Amino acid sequence: MSSQNYDYLDGNAAAGELSKIFAIDVTAAEGQCAHCGATGRFAEAHLYMQGPGVVARCAVCEQVLLRLVNVRQRVFLDVRGMTYFSFNATEP
Amino acid sequence: MAVISRGFSGRRSAEAGKLPPGQYLTATFPVLSAGPTPHVSLDRWEFTIDDGKDVLRRWDWKSFRSLPTETFTVDLHCVTRWSKLGTKWEGVSLDTMFADLKTDASYALVRSYGDYTTNVPLKDLMNHQAWIAFRFEGEDLAPEHGGPARLLVPHLYLWKSAKWVRGITLMQQDKPGFWESLGYHSYGDPWREQRYSGDP
Amino acid sequence: MLEIPDWPGHVAGQHVDVRLTASDGYSAVRSYSIASAPNSKRRLEITVERLPDGEVSPYLTRELAVGDRLELRGPIGGWFVWRPQQTEPIQLMAGGSGIVPLMAMIRSRAAAGSTAQFRLLYSVREPESVWYRDELHSLSDRDHSVGVSYAYTRAAPRGWPRPPGRIDAALIASTTWPSKLAPTCYVCGPTAFVESAAGLLSASGNSPDKIRTERFGPTGDRQ
Repeated sequence: MSSQNYDYLDGNAAAGELSKIFAIDVTAAEGQCAHCGATGRFAEAHLYMQGPGVVARCAVCEQVLLRLVNVRQRVFLDVRGMTYFSFNATEP
Repeated sequence: MAVISRGFSGRRSAEAGKLPPGQYLTATFPVLSAGPTPHVSLDRWEFTIDDGKDVLRRWDWKSFRSLPTETFTVDLHCVTRWSKLGTKWEGVSLDTMFADLKTDASYALVRSYGDYTTNVPLKDLMNHQAWIAFRFEGEDLAPEHGGPARLLVPHLYLWKSAKWVRGITLMQQDKPGFWESLGYHSYGDPWREQRYSGDP
Repeated sequence: MLEIPDWPGHVAGQHVDVRLTASDGYSAVRSYSIASAPNSKRRLEITVERLPDGEVSPYLTRELAVGDRLELRGPIGGWFVWRPQQTEPIQLMAGGSGIVPLMAMIRSRAAAGSTAQFRLLYSVREPESVWYRDELHSLSDRDHSVGVSYAYTRAAPRGWPRPPGRIDAALIASTTWPSKLAPTCYVCGPTAFVESAAGLLSASGNSPDKIRTERFGPTGDRQ
C-alpha cells in the first residue's frame, strides 16, 4: 500500500546514535530481518530519524528491524525485528 | 557536557505565548515519521472499531464522509518539543463515531495504516476531545501529515494523534503502543510534561 | 575547517555529527561528511550548504566564527569508506551534495599516492551546481588520474552532447567501469538518486555487495 517517497535515510545516518551503545561500527554489521528473512548490511537499512526515536526498517519488506529512544540519560533499544545482528570483532 | 554554541537559537519564534513546559513555538509544520508514508486509496480506505474479537463498526470513505463534521482550531504539542498554535481542522468527532456504541472497555488502541499504534484511555477520546480529521487549513489533509485521515487528540502529546488512522481496538486493560512500549509515557499530558514512562 | 585537539584520525567516506546547543538547552544535531583526506594534522574539513529555511546550516555558514567551539561526534562509519589498501577499480557516483565523501576518497587517493583507477560520475542540476570544480578539472584534464564525467539534470552547458536529464542506463554504459572489472562502487546523494543510481549499477552487472551507498534524505540535506 506504500509507494516510495524516498524520504528515508540509511544505516549510515544512525551510526552516530548507535555508537552510544555499540563499540563496533554498525554500518558494516550484518543483520537478518525477523519478518522476511532478508539479510543485509545495516548501512542499507531504511532509517527514519525525524520522530520521537530512531526506527530502522528492512529495505526489502519495510518492517521494523530496530528502534532506539533516548530518555534523558537512558537509551532504550529494541532489536526484536532482527533475528541476528552480526559484527566483525576485529576491525580492519 | 554540551558545548553552548555562541549565537545559536534554532528555528524558534521570539513570541512565547502560553506553551506547555519545555516546548518551543514553531512557524513550520514538521513532518515526523516512524516509517514510510502509506498511500491509501479512498476506494479501499476504511475505519473500524473492534473489541479484539468482533468488528463493532465499519465505515468506508463514503459513509465516513457522510457523517456530520466539525471545524475546530487547536494547538499541537509534539514531544520533540515543538508546538504549533491555532491550527485549523475539519473532522468527525469521536463522540459521533461512538454514538450508540455500548462498551465496558476503558482503553483504546489506535491503529494506523503501516504498523503504528498508540494507546489512549477511552474517556480521553470522548467529550469533544478527539476527532478523525481529514482537512487541514482548508485543504485535504496531505499524506505526509497523515492524510487521508488522522486522529487528533490535542490535549495529549502529538504522537497520540495517530496519522493514517484505520481503526480503534477497544481494550479492557491498557496496552502500550509503538512509542509507549519503548520509553514514552503511557498517557502523555503535555501540561504535566509527561514525556517518558516514569514521569509523574 | 575544524581543528580538533584529540582527533583520532579518519578514513575517507566517514562523517561527523555536529551538535549545536542554545543557551536554554535546546539542541539540534546534523551529520556532515568529512571532505578532507586523512592526514596527520588534527584538522578536518566539512562542506556545508546553506539551506534557505535550514536550522543549522545558516548558523554554520553565517554565524560561526574562527575561534568558536563546536561539538562533534565522530568519525562515524566503517562501511562507506575507501582505504588506500584497496587496489581494485573504484566507481564513484555523486548526486549533488553527495560529492563530499567521494571527494574525501579522491583526496585520500592522492595523498596516499595510490594508483587505483578511479572514475566519478557526478550528477548535478546545472553547471553552477558543481562543487570542487577546479580541483576536479585539474584531476581529469591535467592529471588524467581520475576519470570525471558529469550528468546535468536541469540545464546543461551550451554545446553539451547530452540533453539535460537524469542518469540512465546509456550513461552508465558509456561512463562507468564495466562491471566485469568488478569495481567497488560508492553511491552518495539524495535518497531518490541513490536508489536510481544503485539500481542502474546493479542492472549493468555489478553485484549488490560491490555497491556501497549513503543516502542524504529526500532533498539531499540530511535531517
